[in-house]
Amino acid sequence: MLRFILTRVSLVIPTFLGITFLTFILIRLVPGDPIEVRVGERGIAPERLAALRHELGLDQSLWQQFLDYVGNVLSGDFGLSLVTHNSVLSEFITLFPATLELALCAMLFATLVGLPAGILAAVKRGSLFDHGVMGASLTGYSMPIFWWGLLLILFFSVALGWTPVSGRLDLVYYVEPVTGFMLIDTLMAGDYEAFRSALSHLILPTIVLGTVPLAVVARMTRSAMLEVLGEDYIRTARAKGLDSGRVIGMHALRNALIPVVTVIGLQVGTLLGGAILTETIFSWPGVGKWLIESINRRDYPALQGGVLLIATSVILVNLLVDVLYGVLNPRIRHAR
Amino acid sequence: MPLLDIKNLSVEFTTRAGTFRAVDGIDLTVDEGEVVGIVGESGSGKSVTSLAVMGLLGSNGRVVADRMMFGGRDLLTMPAAQRRKITGKDVAMVFQEPMTSLNPCFTVGFQIMETLRVHEGLSGKALRNRAIALLEQVGIPAPETRLSAFPHQLSGGMNQRVMIAIAIACNPRLLVADEPTTALDVTIQKQILDLLVQLQRERGMALILITHDMGVVAETAQRVVVMYAGQVAETRPVQSLFERPRHPYTGALLDALPERALGKRRLPTIPGMVPGIADRPAGCLFSPRCRFADARCRAERPALFDVDDGRARCFYPLPDGHPAAGEAL
Repeated sequence: MLRFILTRVSLVIPTFLGITFLTFILIRLVPGDPIEVRVGERGIAPERLAALRHELGLDQSLWQQFLDYVGNVLSGDFGLSLVTHNSVLSEFITLFPATLELALCAMLFATLVGLPAGILAAVKRGSLFDHGVMGASLTGYSMPIFWWGLLLILFFSVALGWTPVSGRLDLVYYVEPVTGFMLIDTLMAGDYEAFRSALSHLILPTIVLGTVPLAVVARMTRSAMLEVLGEDYIRTARAKGLDSGRVIGMHALRNALIPVVTVIGLQVGTLLGGAILTETIFSWPGVGKWLIESINRRDYPALQGGVLLIATSVILVNLLVDVLYGVLNPRIRHAR
Repeated sequence: MPLLDIKNLSVEFTTRAGTFRAVDGIDLTVDEGEVVGIVGESGSGKSVTSLAVMGLLGSNGRVVADRMMFGGRDLLTMPAAQRRKITGKDVAMVFQEPMTSLNPCFTVGFQIMETLRVHEGLSGKALRNRAIALLEQVGIPAPETRLSAFPHQLSGGMNQRVMIAIAIACNPRLLVADEPTTALDVTIQKQILDLLVQLQRERGMALILITHDMGVVAETAQRVVVMYAGQVAETRPVQSLFERPRHPYTGALLDALPERALGKRRLPTIPGMVPGIADRPAGCLFSPRCRFADARCRAERPALFDVDDGRARCFYPLPDGHPAAGEAL
């Protein structure tokens, strides 16, 4: 197992290098460096500009800057944000729990709804329910996220007033951040009112962010189940006189879960980095919103560090999926 | 009263191309402790018959019968929950493909114990000991360690032994073996057949052995049902069937056995194929392939007539089993 994990970790080194290089180059291709963007239309004396650039090391060659950056990262230093002058790592660590909490809730929502829907659709293949689930998931998959988010806000927040429009918690509450997960922190503080507030703030973003994974999980579960239900060992399970709950819920599902877990893992990866739209719509104080702001301000260290750290978390999730895959599938476990 | 008593069983499948009758009005009885062989080519309806007996046909397979009794209980009117209590306990089945018939995600031990847990409510040490004893009975060495093995870690022959262990776990009164050796190596085939026969004798259970191998039937069965195109062509005790087949199809199948073709330059074959959904002849279903068919055979469908000690679906049963080639009837 250790050997397996070490092999996997060594394989991601080129991935990291590539990601670092691409972010580094791409953000520098965007016109305007951090100082120009901050100065804006006011203009700045050329000597002052040169001095500031020298201060930030921007006057050095790209290669030199890149090597310096990689060297710093390797020693654990992600640099300081050019805007806030805080450590990039500590900013990321402050914001990441909000993103993680939203992503986990969205995935939980997608799995809890998508898995049973997919199973039922497969079992009742060709029925009205099947067509309904598949139609709905195609719609969900094709819908633009920002439009779907705005629509939900307009209906549930504005027209019905059931949920708050934006943020993580009503301003009247203050909870000491321990884990960074609002749901857990409010519970730990014993403040149930605040917990309810946090929960109501989570509902719409969770639905919006979870819609695409939900569609993917439902479709994947259905097709995996359909394939498995035609296998010989399902007939064997029936020949044992097992009831259909056991045949479907255990013998079939266990096998169908193997591809579904892969898809869920990939989706979690997408959610961690791809919650940018959702976080922007709901003013969710997470990493995605922070990254967008970093781009606008050409905050090179924040952007580079943020992307790298998100990549790390995505890779960790994928590693976790591979391990889980082995747990679910004995044939893979023994092949190692 | 026979253990299994089936009268006029038909199974129809609805496909896009129309309704297909895979089993067409067959009668089948099996007594307690009796070994009945069902033989026929691919597509003759042997497997569908057994799946109908087990209640394992999918929702698109429609089962109709005048009578379908097992141990005095009516399988046709029995609610599904009642049927499940019999399936896997009193009637069990062994399938053709051992490598795909066991669930790859669960250990062999789990899959054996599951049957015992569901039908006999066993648990804990007693359950484990029963599973070990079963593996021992089907000739699996080191049964304690094999309990935690996954199917992909065992050979095809071993997996088929596990399948048999699952099937006999609750001492069934009837075991249905659907081509249990077809997917195995020739050397293993013999072992598995011997095991089935030995278990059948020890436990006195009835055995339906489905196969396309006449040789297998000769060695194991007491009575033979020859099926053709979803119908019973001939049903006789094994010895007299092999000595004096009365249906031309049975005769042709026996002629195709290599050991009966000694001295001939070519192994005799039956030309053509079992009629499918679209090409069923108007008369006797075997008439297009029959050497002896005449105008009546091509126009009229024969019923099952009594012959000697059994029945045959032929207007002109073979007089002494092996008429000379080209002999007119």
